[in-house]
Amino acid sequence: MATVRLSFSPAPVHVRTARLVGVAVARRAGVAEELLDEVRLAIGEACTRAVALHNQYGLPDLVTVEMSDSDSYSVRVIDHAPIEASVGLAKLPPDELADESLTDEALTTGVGFALIAGLVDDLQVRPVEDGPGTEVRMIWPVSRR
Amino acid sequence: MELSLATRTVAEHTVLEVGGEVDVYTAPRLRERLVELVDAGARDVVVDLAGVEFLDSTGLGVLVGAMKRLRQANGSFGLVCSKEALLKIFRITALDQVFPIYPTIEAATQDSDGRGPTP
Repeated sequence: MATVRLSFSPAPVHVRTARLVGVAVARRAGVAEELLDEVRLAIGEACTRAVALHNQYGLPDLVTVEMSDSDSYSVRVIDHAPIEASVGLAKLPPDELADESLTDEALTTGVGFALIAGLVDDLQVRPVEDGPGTEVRMIWPVSRR
Repeated sequence: MELSLATRTVAEHTVLEVGGEVDVYTAPRLRERLVELVDAGARDVVVDLAGVEFLDSTGLGVLVGAMKRLRQANGSFGLVCSKEALLKIFRITALDQVFPIYPTIEAATQDSDGRGPTP
C-alpha cells in the first residue's frame, strides 16, 4: 500500500496543487483515465470546502489530504473546523439556486456538495477521531496493470 | 493553465471569453471582471466557456451571481458551452435549469429574449 499525504495552509492557491497531486496519484494507482476529470473535481471541491471552513473560523491549521491505493484509490480530505459546520450540507433544488436571497457563499457550498455527491459513488463524511473536524472520504475503483 | 479573460462585442452582446482554470483561487478575478462589465453598462452578457479547462463550485457561484445582477438590471445572461465535461457539471448541480446554455456564440447572441435555446 502506497500512501501520499499532503498538508497545506488554508489558502485557495494551494487547492490547485492538491488537485494536481491527487490526480497524479490516481493515475499511478490505476484509476481509469475517463474518471480522472471527476477525481480532479471532487478532490478540488473537498479541499475548497475545507479551506473555506478554516477561513470562516479563522483557523490557521493545515488541511490534510491523504491518498492511498491499496485495493482502491482512497482520498481523505481532513479539516479542523467545528463539526456543526458540516451540518446543513445539502443539494439545493434549481428554484433555490436562482433565488435572489441566497448568498454567494451558501450557493457555492450547496453546489460544491452537490458536485462531490454527484461525482463520487463511494463517499463518506464523518467527524475526525480526535479533536474537532470532518473527514471527507472518497473512493474510486482501480484496475491493476 | 492560468485564467484568461477577453471581452468582445458580438451583435450588441458583450461576450466574455474565459480560458484556463476557474477555481477557488481564480474565480474572484472572473467576478471582478463581470462586475466591471455590468458597472460599465453591459446589459446583454454572454460568457463563452469554450476555453475553460476546469470549473468548480466557486466559478459556478460567480456565474450565478452575474446572472442575478443582470436580471436585476433588466439585462440578459447566457453561457456558451459545448464541452461534455462541463455540461455534466451543470447537470449534476441542476444549474442547467438555471442558466440559458448555448452551443455557439451565434446561438447565444441571436436569442433576444434570453430564455435559452429552444429544445
